[in-house]
Parts: sequence; structure tokens; C-alpha cells
Amino acid sequence: MVRTSLLFLAIALGCLAFADLEVTTVNPWQEMGRLGLGLLTPDFFATDRLLESLLNTLAFALLGVALANVFGFALALLFHYRIVRMGCAFVRAIHELFWALIFLQIFGLHPLTGILAIGIPFAGIVAKVYAEILEEMDPVPLQVLPAGSGVVSSFFYARIPQAWAHLKTYGLYRLECALRSSAILGFIGLPTLGFHLESAFSQGHYSEVSALLILFYIMIGTIRWWMRSWLIPIYLLGAAYLLSGTHVEIYFDTVLRFVTQDIVPHPIRVAHSLDWATLTHLYDWAKSLFVNQAWPGIINTLLVTMISLVASGILTLLFFPLISPKFFGRWGQSLGHVFLVVLRSTPEYILAYIGLQLLGPSMLPAILALALHNGAIIGHLIGRYTEPLALRPDSPHGIDLYAYEILPRVYPQFLAFLFYRWEVILRETAILGILGIHTLGFFVDSAFADIRFDRALLLIFITAMLNMLVDGVSRRIRAGLRLNTTPEET
Amino acid sequence: MFRLENATIAYNGTKVLENVSLRIRKGERVALVGRSGAGKSTLLKLLFAQRRVDTAIIPQELGLVRPLSLFHNVYMGRLNANPTWYNLINLIRPRRREVETVRQVAERLELHQDKLFTPVGQLSGGQQQRTAVARAIHQNGRAVLGDEPVSSVDGRQSRIVLENINAAHDTVVLTMHDVDLAIAYTNRIVGVQNGQIVFDESTADLSAHDLEFLYH
Repeated sequence: MVRTSLLFLAIALGCLAFADLEVTTVNPWQEMGRLGLGLLTPDFFATDRLLESLLNTLAFALLGVALANVFGFALALLFHYRIVRMGCAFVRAIHELFWALIFLQIFGLHPLTGILAIGIPFAGIVAKVYAEILEEMDPVPLQVLPAGSGVVSSFFYARIPQAWAHLKTYGLYRLECALRSSAILGFIGLPTLGFHLESAFSQGHYSEVSALLILFYIMIGTIRWWMRSWLIPIYLLGAAYLLSGTHVEIYFDTVLRFVTQDIVPHPIRVAHSLDWATLTHLYDWAKSLFVNQAWPGIINTLLVTMISLVASGILTLLFFPLISPKFFGRWGQSLGHVFLVVLRSTPEYILAYIGLQLLGPSMLPAILALALHNGAIIGHLIGRYTEPLALRPDSPHGIDLYAYEILPRVYPQFLAFLFYRWEVILRETAILGILGIHTLGFFVDSAFADIRFDRALLLIFITAMLNMLVDGVSRRIRAGLRLNTTPEET
Repeated sequence: MFRLENATIAYNGTKVLENVSLRIRKGERVALVGRSGAGKSTLLKLLFAQRRVDTAIIPQELGLVRPLSLFHNVYMGRLNANPTWYNLINLIRPRRREVETVRQVAERLELHQDKLFTPVGQLSGGQQQRTAVARAIHQNGRAVLGDEPVSSVDGRQSRIVLENINAAHDTVVLTMHDVDLAIAYTNRIVGVQNGQIVFDESTADLSAHDLEFLYH
């Protein structure tokens, strides 16, 4: 374990040498000061659309997760088929924002764009997790049922009740993730939180930004209070009603053209026949795309990912004592808790956006955003993990306690969570390119802006492959080090 | 009813049963006795696989669904008797007719109706075991296979449970570690040792002393 840690640390330090980390804004501290002032003075009456944007965020999240749960559950039952597993892996390797960019071209700003952008990748994730939960359930009740009990009855009596508690816990966690995804969909035009946040921020209305963020945190933080099983149908109907008010039409011609023409690689589209010339043309096209866009995108994505991974790890180790009863008393833990909740509830995209405005376009704000967000997530999990640890009565305090007693005990679990997040960090790094740094998302966004959908889709495909590769490596490392994570915690 | 001929079962290279031949006729009440690990549970599972259709099984792990109530677990014995929609409705809102039937079966095994809607995970070991027995009885099959069906219940209740099992089924095959109970409630004893059948006699004129050799 120590060797692996040192290896990754070395890789990150190596990447640091190649990374572009300069601060390019003229006077970042002044702007940061203004931002700080604004955050401390939230203005809840600024946006007339404050409530509406929050409700929209909620509506997209609810409908998206509902879709994901229905299809994800159905797919989980088919998870013994290889093609289902691979399909789900592919679909969840593509970030919600990329899906949204695709659907934006097909459906425009119709609510379906947002709902499918969340629903499809989430269905892939949910299918995998639900399949794992069902698999771990006790098989004996199913084996003792009388012959001829019927597949459906058997399923609902012998398999579901055992899994129910786990499914509910995970479903709630997915809703939380959906709220975050829904919020950042606003950055590309949908009427959610991100939309108003971006306009307020770019105009310097930091008090408005503060109000938006605080209400968002409250919405996520109180999820267990307002999310009850029996209220789900009401919420879904409300969400559908709210979103049906948007008057955007879907033109079937656009859909058809997108699928049959726009995404077909240019050389094939203009070719008269599939001959040798066309193939050479296709090869040149692909090679040019790869050399000029995909490869730099991949390199930059990997650079930022590796540095962010290690940075997240370092911050985790600094953050987790803040909520641990082994280090702080009641008040300290509460403050630490609020601090970590704020950091982990804020989508990385928003953190990166703020960072980019303050520090200028470079990899630095992206790395900071990813490190802070993930450090808070894993720090929270490890902090909770320290609670039941039994220490001897004469154990040391402070730094000694940390270094000798606590850290060795939590290190394996810490690595497990960190490697699990690796794939997520990569996915996020890719889309942060939309904000301006030259990761894969930058080239994808440019391709969409240039109306070169064939390039965009190929780049998205490459991103998905990279994601699946890292996921595979991560899994192998974790298996090699014998680390386990439960899906509900990450 | 059940017939095994020269059956050999191995797990991970170790032979659990070796060249076992056994015939059980309708109406026989058989006890499988022997030390732990002798192969009794495996033998029982082989018999179950042969005749699933009208046979109920009470495995050692019981096979109960912990979050579901006593009522639902016993009801599962007759999950094949009703259409799917009826079963699903019953899962959410237990039908009165079913509740009454289950209550009667449960009462016979001294499971009080207060406990009828308690999640089975909250019941004691003895109550859980009796629930599994109730499920088997409720299934109304011709034969029942029980793996240590009274291991968690005390002496008095063991007798009640065994009487009920015998009353409800034609053919009974049980594994038991209590040799006296075995002799009292069955009419044929089959002794298993190291994966082989070493003893097969009717219980007439048999005493616990005759079976001691199996346990050394």
C-alpha cells in the first residue's frame, strides 16, 4: 500500500512539472475579497427567479432519477448478460454535461434534454449498484419456495424485501447526486441553478450568488426530511407539471438529421461510395482529429486527474480529523461538519468556475476545485469511519494520536475510497474543459460550437474509453491491494 | 418416493457422500442420524432436488426472509397456490382469509397471534425455527424434509413440533442429533458416517445405546 501511494505521489509530482499552473488575473486577491464579502451578505430578494430556478433544479433531478431508477432496476435484472454490463459501463462513462450537449442539438432547450442527460448515465450507475445489492442477498429463501411459485411472486417475496433498505439508501444518495448534476446543467442553458449563478457571478452580484448557494445547500442538506416514499408520486407530478410549462418544440426533422447525417464522420458523409479513397480520407480525418485535439486533450485530462487525485488525498488526510470525535469536541465537530458539507455539496464545476473567474484560465483552479470537493467527500467518510475505533486508555493526543494510532488504521479504507473516486475525478476533469482549460471537454465543446457534431461525438467516445480504462485500472489496483468499498458510501 | 443409487457428491475435492444408495417409500418416517459433517444435510438436499413438486424442505439456515412478518413467511409456503396479482396484493395488504389460515397453523406450533405481524428477524431462535416448520406444514406437500428442525426448541416444544410434522405429511425425512427423539417419532433410522450409510433399521426394538457407535 505504501509503495502504491508513493508511486502515485511520484506520478503527480511528475505531472506537476508539465502542468500549466499560472495565475493570470491581474489582482485575484481583490476580487476574492469582494467575493468573500458577498458570500457573507446573502441577498435573498435579488433574483425574482430564485425560487423558480431552485424548483426547476429539483424537478429535473426528480424526473431524471425516476427514469434512472425504473430503467436501472430493469437492467439490473439483466445484468448477467455481458452486453448489458458493457452498455451500462459505456453509458455511465459519459458525463451528464456531455449527454446534455448532445441532446441540446436534438431537442433544444426542451426539458427532455435535462431529464435524459441525468436519467441515462444514472441508469447505468444504478443498474450496476442494484445488481450488486441483489447479488449479495441470501439465496436460501428463494430455494425453499414451493415449485411453481412464479418468477414475479418469488422475486417480490424472497429477494426484494431483503434488499429494500439498501436500495432506499442508495436511491436517496442518487437523488443528492442528481441535484448537483441538475444544478450544473444550468451552465449550458437549462433553467436551473447554474444558469442564474453564472449570470449573477459574471456581473459581480456576489450576494446573489451567496443566496443561491445557501438555498441550494439547504435543499440538499434537508433531503432526509422532505423526501418520503409516499410523497414521491406527488413530487413527480409536480415536477412534470412545472416543466410542461416550457414552450419548446421538438422538430422531428432535426432529430432525424442529427442521427443520420450530422454525427456521421465527414469523409463518409460526402463520399459517393465506400472505396479506397474514402477510407484514406477517413483515416486522415481521424488522424488529424486525434493528433490535434484528442491527444492533447487526453494528456491534459490525465495531467489534471493525476495531480487532483493526489491533492484530494492530501486534503482528505487534513480534513477528516475535523469531524472526528477522536480529535475535536462537539463544537469543533459541528463546525468541521458544516465546512465539509458545504464543500461536498458544491458541484466541482461551480467550484472550478469560481476559481477560474478569480485566478484566470489555467489548470490551477480545476485542481483546487477537484481536490477540495473530493477531499471533503472522502474526508467525511473517513471521519465517520474513525468514530467506532477503539483506542487504549493511555493513547496519545494530537499529532501523535493522528500519526501512530489513527492514520494506520484508516489508511486502507482511505485508499479504497480514493481509488474509487479516481474514475469520477477523471470524468469531472474532462468536462471542466468546457470552462476553458484544454482537457477533452474543451475540444468537445469547441466541436459542438463549430457545429461539427461528428468530431464531437468521436471525442466523447474517446473520453468514455479513457474513463473505462481508468475504471479498470482502479479496480485492478483495489483488488490487488485487497480494498473494499460499499457502493452506498461513495 | 425417493430413490438414490450410488450417489457421490464432492465439494472442492473432498467427498461428502460416497456411493450412497437409499430408497424411501411413501408413508415412511425416516431419521438421519450421525455426527456433524457426516453428510446428512447434503443427503437431504439431494432428496429435495429429486422431488421438488410436492415436497417441503426446512433447511438448517431456515430460509426465512427477515424483514417480512411471520405471517408472510408462512404464507410463502403456498406462494404457488394463487395467481401473481393475488400474491402481490397480499404482500402489501394481508387478506383476511389467508391470515386466518396461517394463524391456525401457527397456533398449533405455539406461535401466538400477537407475533403474527412481527418481522421474523425480531423473533427468537426457537420462534424462527417454528416459523420455518409452519411454512413447511402450510405448504401441504406429501413429503417433508427437515434439517435439524427442533435444534433451537426446548424438550416440550420439540415434541409438539414433531407431532405436527408427522400429522401433516405422509412421508417424513428428518436429520436429528437427539437420538431419543429420533427413535420416538420415526419408524426408520438411517445412520450416516463419513459420507456413507452404515446403519438402516426400523425403530422397533431399537434403543439409543445401539446408535452410540455412530458418535465415536
